[in-house]
Amino acid sequence: MNDQLVLNLACVIFLLPLACFALMAVFHERIPRHGDWLATTALGVTLACAIAIFVHAAMTGRNLLVNVTFDWLPLGMTNMLKGGILVDRLTAVMLVVVTLVSFLVHLFSVGYMAGDVRYGRYYCGLLLFTTSMLGLVLANNLIYLYIFWELVGLSSYLLIGHWFEKKSASDAAIKAFITTRLGDVGMFIGLMICYWKVGSLQYADLFAAVQNGVLSGQGFAGYDWQTLAGLGIFFGAMGKSAQFPLHVWLPDAMEGPTPVSALIHAATMVAAGVYLTGRLLPFFSPPTLIFIAYIGGITAIFAATIALVQDDIKKVLAYSTVSQLGYMIMALGVGGYVSGLFHLTTHAMFKACLFLGSGAVIHAMHHEQSMSQYGGLRHKMPWTATFYIMATLALCGVPPFAGFWSKDLILGDTLAFTMQHGHWFLVVAGFGTAFLTAFYMTRQVFLTFFGAPRNEHKFEHAHEVAWQMLLPLVILGTLSLVGGLGGWFEKYNPKLDGITQIKAIAEAGYQSPLVATAVAAAHQVAAAAHEGAEGAGEHNPVVAQAHHTAMVLSIVLAFAGIGLGVLMYRERKNGKALLNPDALARAFRPVYVLLWNKYFFDEIYNAVFVETTHIAARVCAVFDRLVIDSVVNFAGLMGKVGAFVVDMLDRLVVDGLMVNGSARAAGFMGNELSYAQTGRVRQYLLLMVLGILALSGVVLVLIK
Amino acid sequence: MDKMLLTLITFLPLAGMVAVLLAPGKAHNLIRGIAVVTSGVVFALTCWLWWVFDPTALASHGYDARTWIEIPWINSFHVYYRFGVDGLSTLLIVMTGFLSFLATFVGFSVKKQVKGFYALYMLLMTGMFGVFMALDFFLFYVFWELMLLPMYFLIGIWGGPRKEYAAIKFFIYTLLGSVLILLVMIAYYFQVAADPKTADFAFNIPWLVANQPFHGASPAFKHLLFWGLFIGFAIKVPIFPFHTWLPDAHVEAPTAISVILAGVLLKMGGYGILRFNYPLLPEVGSTDWVMWFLAVLGVVNIIYGAFCALGQTDFKRLVAYSSVSHMGYVLLGVAVLKEEGVNGAIFQMFAHGLSSAMMFMLVGVLYDRAHHREIARFGGIATQMPVYFGLAVVGFFASLGLPAMVGFIGEISVFLGAFKYSMPLTAFATLGMLLTAGYILWTMQRVYMGNPKPQYAEFPDANKWELISLVPLAATCILFGVLPALAMNIYLPSTQLFLKMFAQ
Repeated sequence: MNDQLVLNLACVIFLLPLACFALMAVFHERIPRHGDWLATTALGVTLACAIAIFVHAAMTGRNLLVNVTFDWLPLGMTNMLKGGILVDRLTAVMLVVVTLVSFLVHLFSVGYMAGDVRYGRYYCGLLLFTTSMLGLVLANNLIYLYIFWELVGLSSYLLIGHWFEKKSASDAAIKAFITTRLGDVGMFIGLMICYWKVGSLQYADLFAAVQNGVLSGQGFAGYDWQTLAGLGIFFGAMGKSAQFPLHVWLPDAMEGPTPVSALIHAATMVAAGVYLTGRLLPFFSPPTLIFIAYIGGITAIFAATIALVQDDIKKVLAYSTVSQLGYMIMALGVGGYVSGLFHLTTHAMFKACLFLGSGAVIHAMHHEQSMSQYGGLRHKMPWTATFYIMATLALCGVPPFAGFWSKDLILGDTLAFTMQHGHWFLVVAGFGTAFLTAFYMTRQVFLTFFGAPRNEHKFEHAHEVAWQMLLPLVILGTLSLVGGLGGWFEKYNPKLDGITQIKAIAEAGYQSPLVATAVAAAHQVAAAAHEGAEGAGEHNPVVAQAHHTAMVLSIVLAFAGIGLGVLMYRERKNGKALLNPDALARAFRPVYVLLWNKYFFDEIYNAVFVETTHIAARVCAVFDRLVIDSVVNFAGLMGKVGAFVVDMLDRLVVDGLMVNGSARAAGFMGNELSYAQTGRVRQYLLLMVLGILALSGVVLVLIK
Repeated sequence: MDKMLLTLITFLPLAGMVAVLLAPGKAHNLIRGIAVVTSGVVFALTCWLWWVFDPTALASHGYDARTWIEIPWINSFHVYYRFGVDGLSTLLIVMTGFLSFLATFVGFSVKKQVKGFYALYMLLMTGMFGVFMALDFFLFYVFWELMLLPMYFLIGIWGGPRKEYAAIKFFIYTLLGSVLILLVMIAYYFQVAADPKTADFAFNIPWLVANQPFHGASPAFKHLLFWGLFIGFAIKVPIFPFHTWLPDAHVEAPTAISVILAGVLLKMGGYGILRFNYPLLPEVGSTDWVMWFLAVLGVVNIIYGAFCALGQTDFKRLVAYSSVSHMGYVLLGVAVLKEEGVNGAIFQMFAHGLSSAMMFMLVGVLYDRAHHREIARFGGIATQMPVYFGLAVVGFFASLGLPAMVGFIGEISVFLGAFKYSMPLTAFATLGMLLTAGYILWTMQRVYMGNPKPQYAEFPDANKWELISLVPLAATCILFGVLPALAMNIYLPSTQLFLKMFAQ
């Protein structure tokens, strides 16, 4: 298999779901079964192609397989925004993750969504999402990434709002779109900085720009452009990956059908922010990385605390997802490229399994999502329970499940970083989260599958799900067990620094002045110092020590969390647990209320942003009507008044007084004065004398 | 044949008008048929223009030599029948041909005085094409005024309840702008015609641009000319605070006319700014404070228009205010005088032509069924009319500026250009992206989502005539969003020529 074939496969991976989407968007009413099997088959083929690329990458021993660039958007005679496709090890992993989960979710939905009013439209949404997500990971530049990034947001919006008859569903869809778009605005500003300073949005050019110091100029507030651009771009990742304080949309997104939650809001789309951060790791400056690490750490522990008390089975998983995404982001912030992306991969497996498992439970319990109505379901759904518990163990970080390996690596990286650079908060957050995670997952498993049924009626009707729904659980559950074995990820996709990536892309045929300069500079440096500082991190005794400590500690914490969960939620013979959770909640009531209400973020945001925006909008609308338009109408009115005045002037003064008036005056004079023409001389004389007297009088008065 | 092309495109609708007038008044379908055929042939001709127009081979005056036509008209005043196109006008002409063809079908919902409606509609088409082609100032002014007349009657006769108010407001407001343009034109005439050597060029736009007759004039006078033209065109765009005629005109106008109004007429303002305002007075346009002022004004348009849209309760008014917001990008892009910005502004005009036309059609489809436009009274339409809803998603998201659709290309190009000019201003303007998403999604929620309402249960899904007008727009909204170069390549050289005037 050569690289041309890889490129062709990559095109198939992108175009097949797209073509399927286009076909179904128009004709889904006419295709048998609204095209569910068509879509599922297409995804199966796509998965096979992805696996082929994945295996091929492993066999060639190279990291970069394909980097193709082509012209896309001409912004001027010489400025061109280029598009392009990139296939390297990271892309290969992401392709497999996306197509695998997507394929299984398509399959699962055949059972879960059976009889839905908009069955065909649902599959269109899934296909659009999958296409966009694949486009996102195949892009070799920020503009294509941004395009698919937003399209992913669109499909998420459509799928969350799938049951748009419900107000809560359409509200959640809007909230998801707007919140992530807020992040995207930041990302767009980052993009604009890059375009302005670098003139290109190709990853290679951005890395080269960092190497060449193009972005080192002072920007705002004492930060250089590299930091500002990095922060902007990471802001987009915060939105998509539901990082604090933009996490609010993800729990609400659970309004969508549960398979959608598994695909989009657990395994793939929310991981896009992590992918982006990992992909651009060489681009981020040290201050940006610290910021990233803190955001991740805060998110991890913050969301985990909320998950402790939630009752809705999907809400617990949602907050757990937020928390785990925080883990990944924190890992990347401390430079743990491998650990962050490894956890992305394993998390996709076990969290998708958990979500699909919760979907199976919800399906079996007639769309009841409250865990207070569950209990004892392992008797009714043994298979689901088994694989659910496997995935739970993976999430808790119990060896040798997949989550253990990746989480352990994260904690090790964080500890090593802290031992070298400080920032102890990150370590506390990391290990604290590990403990909390183990606890709330144990709580969930016991509330759902163990103990006595709390809703007898629904329990009676519960049943094990059909094979289309069970098979994805089996596959994902098994992967949760074996998916992390031996830390394969580190060997498959090791961390590469920026210059290595630039060189590889240059060798793959990409040419640009920036890249050429960076490569030339790197050669000089390499010649000067034959032995680079390569791998300094790996052989550092501090790091080895940290990883050792972290492993022990994380296992201990996982079991401690599970143990506490068992103590609190495992019902003994008398139907009571050893520790009473209700009593605990009463004892710490303020804390409980705070957690139950998710720290009141929704209320605060609603008051601060949503309401003020609506008020501003109303003010603007009224202002426009009452002030600006009134000025116009007033001007119009003035015109009318003016016209009226002129008209009156015309009729009364010009026409009336002057033209007609003088004529009438002449007539009047003629008429009236004719009475004076009596013809009697004596009268004339009298009038003459009176006139002279009057005139003299006037003259006298005037002279005085 | 190429020489006749522009004339044909412009005056064929006039022939159509004559045919409509000759047809018997009761034969509605015949009249509609004539209108469809005429506008269809005109659209085909505009496509042909796109085909023969070679953006890389512009003549020395910056316009396409093959289609250029120049015949003396009124000798005593040096008025010529002078038609020519460059990349900018070609794109807008094709867009006009496309939209006026589609709007013909939209006009099928007009039931009263069909003959008069289509006769005026054809006249309107002539006016629109003439505006985009005329390169003689006098001729331009004739077409500019010509277009006003049918528009006045189309709103005033076939409009909604407050049609007289809206029509008069539209007419007077635009006329006010026209007067300002007229005054500037007269100033140029007297300046140039005073010298017998140059008198023949008095209305010759390329010559005026190349020779700058007011080059030596006082700055104050040049500013007077600039702002005269600017206000004249700004009213049409419309630019804050001259925008209030737009919501009224839109709300009262019949759907087909709203489509033309938003799709084409607003672009004439932008076209005028790009063709006359800046090229005639480049020194004023590139003055520091003018750039700043206009860029800020563009941002005000974006943000203020979006807020106003968010605050509307009438569906059509909301779409009208979204136009105000979207046209702000055009002003911002032009004002900063950067290649990305100007290219983006032109693309934004094209994009807005497609997306706003589609939005108004979508509103019209609902209005034809519900006979009201109050957002709060709708709800659950998506369940009732799934095909229509599918198209609405495309239209609304194209307007929102979603990537892979036309709106996005214009926005990012303008922003990338503006960012080079001023980072804080542009960063602030990106707030518009968020607000746009806000009002679009909130509207979609209130109109289309929610439980179906019984009073709308009878609504049929989009019929074939509605599909004929909506589907091509949806397709082009996506096509040009995915492959923007198709439209952009046509005017890049013209933009470069435009920007050369400011390179000092």
